[in-house]
Order: sequence, then C-alpha cells, then structure tokens
Amino acid sequence: MNQKEQVRQFIESNLIVFEDEADLKDDDNIFQLGYVNSLFAMKLLNYIESEFNVKIETDEMDIKNFSSVNNIIALLDRKLGVTE
Amino acid sequence: MTFSKEVKCIVWDLDNTIWEGVLTEPEDVKLKPGLIEVIKELDRRGILHSIASKNNYEDAWEQLKTFGISEYFLYPEIHWDTKSGSISRIRENLNIGIDTIVFIDDQPFERDEVSSVHTEVETFDAVDFKSLIENPRFLPRFITEDSGRRRLMYQEEMVRKKDEEGYKGPQEGFLATLNMEFAISEAKEEDLQRAVELTERTNQLNATGRTYSYEELQSYMTSDGHKLYICELTDKYGSYGKIGLALVEITEGHWHLKMMLMSCRVLSRSVGTVLMTYIMNQAKSEGKKLRADFKQTDRNKMMYVTYRFSNFSELENDGQGNIVFENDLTQIQPFPHYIKVELPEDIIENSTLMVK
Repeated sequence: MNQKEQVRQFIESNLIVFEDEADLKDDDNIFQLGYVNSLFAMKLLNYIESEFNVKIETDEMDIKNFSSVNNIIALLDRKLGVTE
Repeated sequence: MTFSKEVKCIVWDLDNTIWEGVLTEPEDVKLKPGLIEVIKELDRRGILHSIASKNNYEDAWEQLKTFGISEYFLYPEIHWDTKSGSISRIRENLNIGIDTIVFIDDQPFERDEVSSVHTEVETFDAVDFKSLIENPRFLPRFITEDSGRRRLMYQEEMVRKKDEEGYKGPQEGFLATLNMEFAISEAKEEDLQRAVELTERTNQLNATGRTYSYEELQSYMTSDGHKLYICELTDKYGSYGKIGLALVEITEGHWHLKMMLMSCRVLSRSVGTVLMTYIMNQAKSEGKKLRADFKQTDRNKMMYVTYRFSNFSELENDGQGNIVFENDLTQIQPFPHYIKVELPEDIIENSTLMVK
C-alpha cells in the first residue's frame, strides 16, 4: 500500500463523517467532510509521526497542511525530501 | 518526595487492609471496623476507590459483595501480577494523573514495590486508614454535586465503553445512538464551585492550566466585559455533569478567550468542538475577531493541536510557552448532527416563555 492509500484509510476509519455514505477523495476537504475534534486531530498527528517516522513541528500544524489527503502527502514529501 | 496534589483515587489492598485475615486461609475474614465509614465518606467527597490485591478474582469479588461494598470499587485489579502494574492500569482506565493516586497496603514490601516504580504515588500503611479522613490531600476544597456523583459517572462510563466496543458499524452510527444533549449556558452562582474545581482538575484539554479562585470567577460572572460559559453533557446513560468551561473577555475589537477547558471524560464526543464553534459564531456575529490565550504545559499538547486545527494561528509566542492565538473566523465547523445543542439564547427564550 502506498502512503496515499495508508493516509486515506486512516482518515476513513477515524473521521466522524457528516454523511453516512461519504466517499473520501484525495482532494476532499476533511474539515468539511467530517468533525475534526481534538481526539481525531491528535490521532492523525500521532499516526503520521509514527507511521512515517517524522516529527510535525508546531509551525506545520496548519489547517492547510492537513485539510486533504493530497495536502498531507505534500507535507510528508516536503519533510522526507522527496523530489518528483 | 513531597506529595501535595488532591487525591482522586485511593487503591486498596484487600487481605489485612480492607478485611482482617487472609482470604486463601481457612479462617473467615472480617471487615475492619470503621472501614465502611471511611470508604463512604471519601466516596461522598468524590474520591474514587480501586483495588490492587493478590488473590483469586472471583473469590475476592464474592467476598466484597458479601460485605456489601463491591459497588464502591472501580476497575479492580485482583490477580497475581505486581501492584505497580495494577496501578498503571487503574490510572489508564480512569485517565487521571499518577500523582493523584495513593496506595494503601499492610505489607511494606508491596508499598515499596509501588513506590519504586511510581515515585509520585504516596503510600499508606493499612493501620493508618482512619487518618485518611483528616489528611489534607483527601479534603477537596469544595464538595459539589458532581463530586457526589463522580463514582456513578465512571460506572455509567464503563457501561458506555462496553456498549461502544460491542457496537459494530461506523463511529458516527454509535454516537447517534447515544441521544447526546450538550447545554452551553452562562455560569450562575451555583455553578461556581464546580467551575473552580474544573480549573483545578483538568489537565489535558486545558488551554492555560491556570486555576481560578471562587471570587475571581464570581467577578467575571458578574462583569459586563466578560462571559463565563459552563457546559453540561447528558446522554441516554445519564449526565456527565458539568464538564466544560470557557472565559471570554469582550473588548472593542475582539472576543478574547482567556481560558477554555473540557473534561477528558468527554474527549471522544466532539463537544469541545461544539463549544469552540459556538464561541466562534458569537464573535463573528458581533463582527469581532477572536483571540485566545494559551499556555503550553507538558500535558496539554492535545489542546494546542485542537486550537491549530480550529484554524487558530500564533499571533504572539514568548518562547516560554505563552501564546496568543488569533482566528480570522473564515472556517467554522458546524455542530455535529448527532448532538442536540442547547445554547444560552435558547435558555433565555425558554425562561421568557415561562414568564409569559
């Protein structure tokens, strides 16, 4: 499974969504799709840090960096120094 | 080591501590005279009881039932593992700080074993159990309605957790079955003792960790320049009690959130987000910006993340953990549909209706 699928699966199984049948696409804004509560926010950070072995700095905890699967992957790419 | 934190839970040994004698030996055990009174009094003060005993679980629990006191003990650890391990699990189950737990046992070996692992856990010799009543660590400053109901609330929580684990299907489906009602209201005189207690007892979901005195909160409650909100959550199992608090200072250009906290008992229910949404909407409707004081502690990272994910950005940071956040109020999460939210405005409307 690639990073993107891993992140998408994590969000799908942990986010409390507004619509029962919501189908999470990589560009969907997860803050509009579901309730980003304290527990979810913390779980998501811990998941990313432990799964991809990175440390999210406080200045990176911006809503923009976490608002979609694609944005999370972009943040990871920047942190892991991946070049296209 | 000096111990000063108000005690939230006392962990009892059984043999020769709760009762006289040893359960695995042939003679009958007898409840220690005066013990029930101590347990009931501490329970009334909102101090929880648990057990760390080396015994066979079924036999020991039967014996506690026979004595009519089993209902007082939450998350009992009765088996042959170390008592330090038992205390770790009790701490995890209750989700309280290790420095708010104490341990009582007749055997010096067990007390030392616990102390060696948990230096912040004060231990007591079983012979001294009567003195606990007078010990200042066991004397909460206020005994509120919530203190008296605390054990019951944890017991309701145990049923909730069991049902939640047994629920097959998505999380939002389970939440919808709870019939949650979340009431936000402006604090009244009778809420203030509990409000003080919340500032003292809440560590994880606490934006500043600052404690407030009764008089301070009273002056904010009556001040025209401030709003003091208190929240209660109820579901089909019962009330979680008053579990959230927020203090807002209203200035010319801003709503300034001076303090916000939410009991960790309601962590998985999204109600912190509900209170935040309400405050954001209020500030926005008055055409003001929202600012918030924050103090980073070693316990409240989750609250920091909550603020950041609610679209707050750092306006000031002194490098010592003191932060002022600002929110442009362009992104506000709606209320979750599975929670019925009652707002201060609703309460005012209701009371006017009643007057009419």
